[in-house]
Amino acid sequence: MSDVKKFMYLNRRAPYGTIYAWESLEVILIGAAFDQEVSLMCMDDGVYQLVKGSDTSQSDMKNFMPTYRTLGDYGVRHMYVDKASLEARGLTQDDLIEVAWEDFETEEEVDNIVEIVDADQVAKLMAESEVVFS
Amino acid sequence: MKLAVQVNEGPYQHQASDSAYHFTKAALEKGHEVFRVFFYHDGVLNGTRLTTPPQDDRNIVNRWVELAEKYDLDLVLCVAAAQRRGLVDEGEAQRNGKDATNIAPKFRISGLGQLIEAAIQSDRLVVFGD
Repeated sequence: MSDVKKFMYLNRRAPYGTIYAWESLEVILIGAAFDQEVSLMCMDDGVYQLVKGSDTSQSDMKNFMPTYRTLGDYGVRHMYVDKASLEARGLTQDDLIEVAWEDFETEEEVDNIVEIVDADQVAKLMAESEVVFS
Repeated sequence: MKLAVQVNEGPYQHQASDSAYHFTKAALEKGHEVFRVFFYHDGVLNGTRLTTPPQDDRNIVNRWVELAEKYDLDLVLCVAAAQRRGLVDEGEAQRNGKDATNIAPKFRISGLGQLIEAAIQSDRLVVFGD
């Protein structure tokens, strides 16, 4: 398979409460092996997936939040956050994790690929994607 | 057109599997190709042959099986999602020391790579769920 497609993983659920976020994360990790052009879009309660400082020690749930910080190493080039969803929950970029990215071939580095985008940009990014996983 | 279908919800609880079935059936009847139907999250519960709905209700599992038999559809349950939810075929039963299987005929259990591959190979990935 030589074709490269624009993939968007659309995450709209809170990290805990249902299994959607965790199993969606598994798709991203497995999908990395296919070397596609990958972005993540967090909207609605999905923005909570990127909030830092989570602690699941009292809930008997595995804390998979640190995995999001590694997504740059799994071929994810952009991690978009819907501005309206973030603001509706009283959150700002300061509440979100930072995720670094590096192209090991060109040595191009980006300090943080987490980016807040407005509704017009969300629509444009979705339209540009060839596959949207949700 | 070549289509890939993803089902994210279990049968009866949610309409996703019904909608996916009707969509897939209609697409096949119109002459489109369905590369694969991939069942994820609780969607894997569509693949147990032990499902026994009341007689006056639709049998969602058998409906998928019959469609697969008619069109040679590839019905795939995600292995990680299946293991969590107790969906077992011969291979999984042996690997994990289980005393029974429950997978319906025409379904198979495989990895998430099958979903990614289907998305790459198809013109459209159509996802059913909330």
